Amino acid sequence: MVVHNIYVFDREGVCLYYHEWLRPKPVRDGAGTQSDDQKMMFGLFFSLKTFAAAMDPKSKSNAQLGAPLRIGENCSFYSFRASNYKLHFYETLSGLKIVLNTDENANDLRELMHYIYASIYVEYVTKNPLNEPGKPFNYDTFTSALNKHLRLIGQL
Amino acid sequence: METINSEILSLTYGSIVRQLITDLEDMDEVNKQLDVMGYNMGIRLIDEFLANARITKCGDFKETAENIAKVGFKMFLNTTATVVNWNADNTECGLVLEDNLLIDFVELPEACSKLSYCQLLCGVIRGALEMVNISAECSFSRDTLHGDDTNEIHLKFTSQKAEAYPYKDDD
Repeated sequence: MVVHNIYVFDREGVCLYYHEWLRPKPVRDGAGTQSDDQKMMFGLFFSLKTFAAAMDPKSKSNAQLGAPLRIGENCSFYSFRASNYKLHFYETLSGLKIVLNTDENANDLRELMHYIYASIYVEYVTKNPLNEPGKPFNYDTFTSALNKHLRLIGQL
Repeated sequence: METINSEILSLTYGSIVRQLITDLEDMDEVNKQLDVMGYNMGIRLIDEFLANARITKCGDFKETAENIAKVGFKMFLNTTATVVNWNADNTECGLVLEDNLLIDFVELPEACSKLSYCQLLCGVIRGALEMVNISAECSFSRDTLHGDDTNEIHLKFTSQKAEAYPYKDDD
């Protein structure tokens, strides 16, 4: 499995971390600039969450399309597959969102996303005394732990 | 899970409070500083708590309070609290702590009678709840250092916010 890139957003929409491993199409041809790319990504899954909750055929509470949601209350999407890539999404109750793009053959990576949150983000970012919540970060320890884990599972 | 000796925590906390008293001298100021310190801890603690406890959601305030008392206190202080005294519309409750390791070895002298020694814990709970969109007020209603028979934290849930789209639409 090939991993393309990863984004970490906080609840305010600030992109805290972005890393890419293999991205053949440059950002210029897609969204334009790096910050536009990140804003589009945030807007995408924000709307998808609202959409998924509103169109849910099973749950009893009815979320309307325009109304703001509470995290954890409604059903949420966790991945979507396009013809040549798959996007995985993980959101925590504290509003932190992790987005991972892989190739289209990936399986369900929810365990991996939880591992990235619990054993890599919490260990190297939350427990870092120099980290300010709400500001973008770029710690070598975080990047190397992430690379090490992905290599361990065979870049899956 | 990593653990440390509880005495190290009690003694370190005691020396922090002692230093704050020496620097600020006014008990209300010290209480406020402890609360702010607790708040800063709480906003970071919540991620570790959510990651290890694997909680997906809490349906209402009752479940939230139970999770704080049973899972939270167990994970960080290795003690459990009991939730008591829910008020009529389930927005206020008390968390009773039988053994509070922060106050091991502590006696409050007369000069510090207005000091709320464990105010840091209240700040932590307030900060952590704010990161999950619940605003709450938290304070000690009964405190063994002031002569009561047990420690009780009074928790009052004020409101729950929803997620708003953070970017302005016309940018």
